[in-house]
Parts: sequence; C-alpha cells; structure tokens
Amino acid sequence: MIGQLTKTERQVALVILSALALVGLAMTAAGHNDPFGMQGAIVLLAAIAGLFCVISGLFDPEPAEDRLDRYYDDPSKVGILLAMVWVVFGLFVGDWVAWLLVNPDLTFDAGWSSFGRLRPVHTTGVIFGFGGNALIATSFYVVQRTSRARLPGQLGPMFVLFGYNLFCLLAVSGYMMGITQSKEYAEPEWYADIWLVIVWVTYFIIYLRTIARRKEPHIYVANWYYMAFILVVAMLHIVNNLAVPVSLGGAKSYSLFAGVQDAMTEWWYGHNAVAFFLTAGFLGMMYYYLPKRAGRPIFSYRTSIISFWGITFMYMWAGSHHLHYTALPQWVQSLGMTFSIMLLVPSWASAGNALLTLNGAWHKVRDDATLRFMMVAAVFYGLSTFEGSFMAIRPVNSLSHYTDWTVGHVHAGALGWVAMITFGSIYASVPWLWKREAMYSAKLVEVHFWLALAGTLIYVFAMWNSGIIQGLMWRTYNENGTLAYSFVDSLVAMHPYYIARAIGGLLFLIGAVVGCYNIWMTIRVAPQESEPAVDQPEPAPARAALQPGE
Amino acid sequence: MFGLHYRLERKAIGLVLAIIGVASIGGLVEIAPLFTIHQTVEDAPDMRVYTPLELAGRNIYIREGCYACHSQMIRTLRDEVERYGPYSLAVESKYDHPMLWGSKRTGPDLARIGGKYSDEWQVAHLHNPRDVVPESIMPAYGWLLRTVLRTSDLGANLEAMRVVGVPYTDEMIANAAADASGQAAPDTPAAAGVAERYGAATTVRAFDGRPNELTEMDALVAYLQILGRLTDAAYKPVALGE
Repeated sequence: MIGQLTKTERQVALVILSALALVGLAMTAAGHNDPFGMQGAIVLLAAIAGLFCVISGLFDPEPAEDRLDRYYDDPSKVGILLAMVWVVFGLFVGDWVAWLLVNPDLTFDAGWSSFGRLRPVHTTGVIFGFGGNALIATSFYVVQRTSRARLPGQLGPMFVLFGYNLFCLLAVSGYMMGITQSKEYAEPEWYADIWLVIVWVTYFIIYLRTIARRKEPHIYVANWYYMAFILVVAMLHIVNNLAVPVSLGGAKSYSLFAGVQDAMTEWWYGHNAVAFFLTAGFLGMMYYYLPKRAGRPIFSYRTSIISFWGITFMYMWAGSHHLHYTALPQWVQSLGMTFSIMLLVPSWASAGNALLTLNGAWHKVRDDATLRFMMVAAVFYGLSTFEGSFMAIRPVNSLSHYTDWTVGHVHAGALGWVAMITFGSIYASVPWLWKREAMYSAKLVEVHFWLALAGTLIYVFAMWNSGIIQGLMWRTYNENGTLAYSFVDSLVAMHPYYIARAIGGLLFLIGAVVGCYNIWMTIRVAPQESEPAVDQPEPAPARAALQPGE
Repeated sequence: MFGLHYRLERKAIGLVLAIIGVASIGGLVEIAPLFTIHQTVEDAPDMRVYTPLELAGRNIYIREGCYACHSQMIRTLRDEVERYGPYSLAVESKYDHPMLWGSKRTGPDLARIGGKYSDEWQVAHLHNPRDVVPESIMPAYGWLLRTVLRTSDLGANLEAMRVVGVPYTDEMIANAAADASGQAAPDTPAAAGVAERYGAATTVRAFDGRPNELTEMDALVAYLQILGRLTDAAYKPVALGE
C-alpha cells in the first residue's frame, strides 16, 4: 500500500502524521483531567500507527511508472474492508441496544455501556462508519471509471480514508466516555467536527480534480449525486455544528443556537443528512453499479435530470416536518410538509428509473443475488420515500411522531435501501477490484440476501405495529372523556414487538458476518492471470505532462 | 431545458455552483427568518437562567443520552396537553444551547416533569428505575450517586454560555462553583448566595438526600426539578414579542 505512494508522497505523509501526533500530544496534555485527554491519546496513537505504517514502507522502491496506466484502487479496497468492519460493529451495538429495550439489565453497571451512550455508537457506526466508508470507497471507484481518468495523486485519497476513520473512531469512543453534543446524527464535539471539515475539503478537491481531468465530455449522473453528497454534507455539517467550546483543553461546547432556531437548524441538518448522505450518495452508487451489473443502460436520462435537481432543491425544505405541532412557527411546518409531499415525485422517478433499467435483465435478477440486492434496494427506496412523504403530513405525523413508527421508517430506508444497495455494490466491486472471476461463493451471497431481507421485514413490521399501537394508545379516551391508558400501559404493550425487532436485527447482523467471510475468502483465492484490458484509464497523451507528484 | 442541462453537465465548476445555489434556498427561506421575526419566540419577563448546578445536571442529561428516549416538547394536541401539561412554548427553551426537544418517546415527555415527583422518588428511580416502576425499561444510573460532581470548570461553562447569548452576570460566573455546592446544601452561607443571584424561588435542597456531598445525582435531580419551571409563560395567555 505504501509502495504505491511516490517517495515525495511518503515524505509528505510523514510530515502530516507527525503534525497530527503533535496535535494529539497537545490534546492529551491539555485535557489531562477530562475525557478530552483520552481523545487526544487516540489521535496520538492513530498518528503513531500511521507513522509506523509509512516508515515500514519508506525505503521501498519508487512505484513503477506504468501505475499511471491503471486506476488507483487501493483506497477503494481499504474503504470496502473498513466498511465491512464498521457494519458488523455498528449492527452488533444496534442489536445489543435493541435487546436492552427487551431487558434493560443486559449490560454492565458502568456509564459507557448504558443505552443512552451506546445508541449514538450504533447510529454513527452504521451511518458514518459503514455508509461513509462505502461511499468514499465506491465514489473513488466510480469517478475514475466514469471519467476515464486516474485519481490525482495517491496520498490524498488515503488521507481522506485515514482521516475519516479517525473521525468515526473519535466520535464512537467519545460517546462511550460521555462526550456528545446531543444533536442527533451530529453528536461529535467541536474538535472532531473541525477535523472532519479538513478531511472533507480534501475529499472534495480530489473529487473535483478527478472530474476536471476526465476524458469524457459529459459528467456521468452518478458523479452528480456523489458531488451533491460531498458539497451539501459540508454545508450542513458546518452550519449545524457552529458552537463555542468551553476551553481548548476540554471536549464540551455550547451550540451557537438555542431553542427553536436550534431545533430548526438541527432538523434541517438531520433530514438532509438522510437526503444527501443516505440518499444522494447511495443514488450515485445505484446509478453506476445497477446498470453495470444488469448490463443495461439507464432507462431514462431525462428522468435522472429531473430527479436529481428535484432532490437537491426540495429536500432542503423538508426538515421542518420533524417539528409538526411544536413551538416552531406554523408557516415553517407547512412549508416542510408541502415540500415533503412534492419530494415523492423525484424520489419515485429515481426508484422507477432504477427498476425500469432492469427491463430485459429480470432473469439476471432471478439468478444473481448481487443484482437482486440492488433491485430490492430500489424497491425499498420507493417504499420508504412514499412512507416518508406520508408521515410528513401533519395529521399523520400527530400519530406517528415520537413513536416506533419513525424508527421503523428509518430502518426501512437504512436496512432496505442503504445497506442493500451497498452490499450489492460491494459484491459487484470486490471481484473487479481484486481481479477475481467472481465472489468466493454465490451461495453465501444468496444466504446473505435472504437473511438481510428477512431481518429487514421482521424489523419493519414489528416497528409498524408497535409504533401505531403506541400512538393510538397515547390518544385513546375512555367513555368518561379521560385518557384510557397510562404511559406504562403503552410500554408494556411494546414488549413482544421489541423482541421481534431484536431478532430481525440479529438476522441482519448474521447476514453481514456471512458477507465478511465471503469477501475475505474471495480475496484469499489466487487472482486471475490477466486483468481485463478495458478497465484502464484513457492512455492519455497527457501522460508526459503529468507531474510525478500529481 | 434539457439542452441547457446538456451544457451544464459538461462543466464541473458550473455543476458545483448550481448544486450549492439550489441547495441553499430552502435553508435560507426557512431558517434565517426565525432569527429576525420577533413573534417566533414569545416574551417572558420572568424567565430565569439555569443555576450552575442545574446546568451541570443538564450536561449530565446530555452526556447520558437521555434525549434519545425522552422528549421535552409537548405538542399542541389535546391528549398531550392532558397527559403532560400545557403545550411547550418557544421561549421556554430560549436558553437551551442546544435544545433537547427530542424526537422519540421510549419514555414519557419530560418538559414539565419539574415538581411532579419528590427528590427521593427521582433518586430512587435513577438509581434503579424498576424499584419504583416495575415495568420500566429505563437504564439504571447507579454511578451518578457514586460520582462527585466536578465544579471547577462551571465558571468557564457559564462564560461560554454567555458568549452564545445567555445573560449570566460576572457575579454568577465568579461564584459558579460555590453556587453549585450551595444549591445542594441548604442552611449554609453558600446557599444564601444562590437565592440572591438566581431569585428567591430557586430550589435549594439536598437533592440526593446527602447535604455534605455534592454528587452528579444532585445535579441531575436539580435539573429535572426545574424542567418546565423557568417561566410561568405557558400557564398564562400568550404574550407575543413585538
């Protein structure tokens, strides 16, 4: 891996990692009586591990000049492996907290292992750890192929991966130590947020430079989505995390906004984290891997244009539907609801475009579990966007809000759409990346598919039931005109559904473990003799003009 | 229209600028006016700030992730008002950096929990919820009683809160640590200072039942007991800001 970096890049890596080690050391010293110090130690250890890695390969020979004739896929390979590690970790914690709602004593008498601290470990682990790594890995893969250009340089993409995973590590370890901003899906504190901005800007520059070097006149649809994902997530992240730290030697900060303004900013962020992290990015994935695997062109180019701009424009208005009937002014609630309903148009246009692309390839969907993962993902995408628009309607929301219905909806999207499209894309790209003929076992892909589908369905049905029962119990009156059920009554009614949910989650987790084994065995078998000649960047006459460090 | 797009998608920078432009509009229209339209947050002249002990308790509430299961936002719906009390007003969270409105009720809403249960009940419930509510699935927070509250940095916390707009005075900041201990130790000189700075109505009690030790339990219970009681605005006809 280090052998792929040029000598100059290895030296720059040493400088960056040394600087990071110094920052970690300073954090450790400044926060010696605060969890902040332990976060500093994690930064320091990560930097030292990086230094060790770079130094061990420092004197390897310069990479061969002909590397420029091939795409640079190391970051995609590393990213996919990291995504699989994160998914198993994140799903494990998720299932643990699911069982905690069945029996709250299935844990230790210590802060780090209590539900409130583990819950963001689960959400960050799966959304940012799994989802984020998968997006970074696939985006680097896709942008090179669709631009027929190599990534600019080897160090930048590796820095993005390393830095991003350090961010996730700081976030997850921080929650267990009690460090959190409490903003849902934006829990990491100020220092981790600043670090993510640095990493993200690097990511953007690499992406833009690759597109700028493209040998295709047009920028392919997948790249519009990946680009929107990178840009808008940066916007959301920066605005929502504006805060004043108590000191530079402590983790705690206070949000710049308060009360109603803070609530609106948070859900503008929160809903668009769904839109641009969990939707736009993964639509990028879908627009490349689904047609590729099906061997069919995208059904309609014009539909992709309409849905892309519809999603980019309208999602940003929809966040206020998280605040129906609250102290948020009603005009904002109404705008949020209106745009949420309109969003169904671009969402279903995308889902329909994906499914119609499969016309002429349905026999492949039947035989190939990888493609079936992607097909089911598109179906779940359509279902959960419909459900989302429906739940954004104020009277529906009066029932569904604060209940498990929301949790069910989120998991229909997260398990059914995000995870399924990712598993499909990973199963498609692993043999391509490691130059294998196919996955180690098509049977195991099939097993994974059915476990994932069964787990998702059990989960979602359990949460629909519990959520609607909960919502109805809270608002049921008896004939005397008083509330019929106490809160505890509704809690007791949830018990069987919480067991079902935890079992559904367990099936999904087992599926992911099977996937890990399959990927590992695929990598272990001997590679194909010759690589397919088509999978190369344009042998550019510009080669001579390229700088060695570029 | 598609012709225009045909040209746009050949320009990387053009595409970037178009995405930024199109994606900015929603937030600008929906968020920016919330800072400028005065009716957004009602007037409540009696609204007071959190005492240092309550703020410390709030930070423990945040640290333990209580907001993941408890909302602090009663909606304008009949059943919610009858179950939890008058619906929440924007002004009630105007000193909440960040807000803790929450999004899920695995447990009940806490916006008006203050004063609803005794300190003893709250301590017993936090120590092991199933001792007082057998059906409860809430985690037990045994370590709160065992952990001494850190007060040395409370002054700095108040100062940071002042930077983001909460009207803490120099005197409040200077006495933050003493006030935190004072609020949980009635009949001491430090306790008198709390009433002087935060109003005579401020609750001064040994929240965890042990006046000579200031624990995290003291702070969290002090916070829970003030929820919904920083102002009476919700119980009065609404006075809109000008």
